[in-house]
Amino acid sequence: MGLIDHRFSDNFITTNLDQVLNWARQSSLWPMGFGLACCAIEMIATSTSRYDIARFGAEVFRASPRQADLMIVAGTVTKKMAPVLRRLYDQMPEPKWVISMGSCSNAGGPFPTYSVLQGVDKIVPVDVYVSGCPPRPEALLYGLMRLQDKIRKENTVLRRERVIMAGQTEPIMVEDRG
Amino acid sequence: MLDTFVIPLLQIAVLVNALLVTVTFLVLMERKVMGWAQARLGPMRVGPYGILQAIVDPIKLILKEDITPANADRFVFTLAPIMSLVPALVVFSVIPFGPEQPYYIADINVGLLFIISVTSIGVYGIILGGWSSNSKYPLLASLRASAQLISYEIAVVMTLVSVVLTAGTLNMIGIVEAQREAGLWFAFVQPVACVLVFIGGLAETNRLPFDLPEAETELTGGFHTEYSGMRFSLFFLAEYANIIVISAIVALMFFGGWMRPFPNVEALAFLDLIPGWVWFCGKIFFFLYLFVWIRATFPRYRYDQLMAIGWKVLIPIAIGNLVLTGIAKVVL
Repeated sequence: MGLIDHRFSDNFITTNLDQVLNWARQSSLWPMGFGLACCAIEMIATSTSRYDIARFGAEVFRASPRQADLMIVAGTVTKKMAPVLRRLYDQMPEPKWVISMGSCSNAGGPFPTYSVLQGVDKIVPVDVYVSGCPPRPEALLYGLMRLQDKIRKENTVLRRERVIMAGQTEPIMVEDRG
Repeated sequence: MLDTFVIPLLQIAVLVNALLVTVTFLVLMERKVMGWAQARLGPMRVGPYGILQAIVDPIKLILKEDITPANADRFVFTLAPIMSLVPALVVFSVIPFGPEQPYYIADINVGLLFIISVTSIGVYGIILGGWSSNSKYPLLASLRASAQLISYEIAVVMTLVSVVLTAGTLNMIGIVEAQREAGLWFAFVQPVACVLVFIGGLAETNRLPFDLPEAETELTGGFHTEYSGMRFSLFFLAEYANIIVISAIVALMFFGGWMRPFPNVEALAFLDLIPGWVWFCGKIFFFLYLFVWIRATFPRYRYDQLMAIGWKVLIPIAIGNLVLTGIAKVVL
């Protein structure tokens, strides 16, 4: 994908190509088969017949991180598990997304102790936080749909120009200039 | 010029494209049928009843990053998926979709031998893929795969020999014509061989209940653990193309290929209104469905059970069947 990433300015072909790519990516999110604690049971329940994550094309739980698009951090991340989790994230190929599922991975949950990581966003970039302890399968499905909304707004082939506006210090996207 | 180059190339183009499209929709069928078997709906959101899922998945897989592990053997790592896909496509050059010219690419007198030998090359792709990844689990999986595929290959080939004895030819068209002359599908003449070849086919394509090379709970994903993106999907394509090959072989050798059911019963002659290649594709589709059905139904065998079935059950039955066929051929 390096050949066409962010190379072209806004026109009819690039906007439509972006739409197709985003449509493909959002509809085929293969999660990694990876559970840490009780939230994993709810994640498994999400793929059963009552909730059926397969409707979104996301039931292909890959055993290998090399083939996964989505990491669902389901459960308490201990400090011993954190390097493993980070390595698994690094092994996933781009483009990749992370859903933090449940209070523990959102912010440490009921374990403000020396051994528990206080939020998985300290080690991997999180796209969607799903609250609950553990979240119900419906909540995870809702999180998945919000992630799909987020993917739909991504630009792959469009050039993203950064400019520094007068009186500002941080660069912003050209599209945001209004 | 026209007959030697242009028409075969057109046939190959049509066949390869049809095959690859069939594979993508076969994956969708598998997901839908698995869903229905488990009282779920399967993919529903992309297109009507999720039918465009077959287009969405390949687009996404092509766009994924293509990772080569730092310590992998780069050349072999790239070669392995190609080596597993190409034989599966080459086999279709001798599979006839009908008795006359436009329906087959090549009509060679050792068609069955060609199919058996070329499909065996596909094992190399799996072994090399597991070895060149330079990782524990793919190596273990490829060792398993080679042991499994070689064991079951013996049983399948022995069984096919008994069918060749019955038909008296190795030519694929000749085998179907022999069924027309016998007035009976070979599934009724050689029922044991039919079941044996199908079971062996399940094992040779690494399908459940024999999917030990891809056992996710034991080997994190099998021989393609380190593969991502397009190279992984080539392995995927190869597996499903092999399933279509096995279904086509079973349909040709035991279920009369392009012939209608009961080819000797005059009262059913109206069934000939449906063209032969449609009958053949219908039969292939039935066996593809059977593959998915079996996957949704059976648990995986343990490794020693797998070997025991291969060596202690299938091969003795295959040899016994071969001997009985030979005796029957001499006596009758």
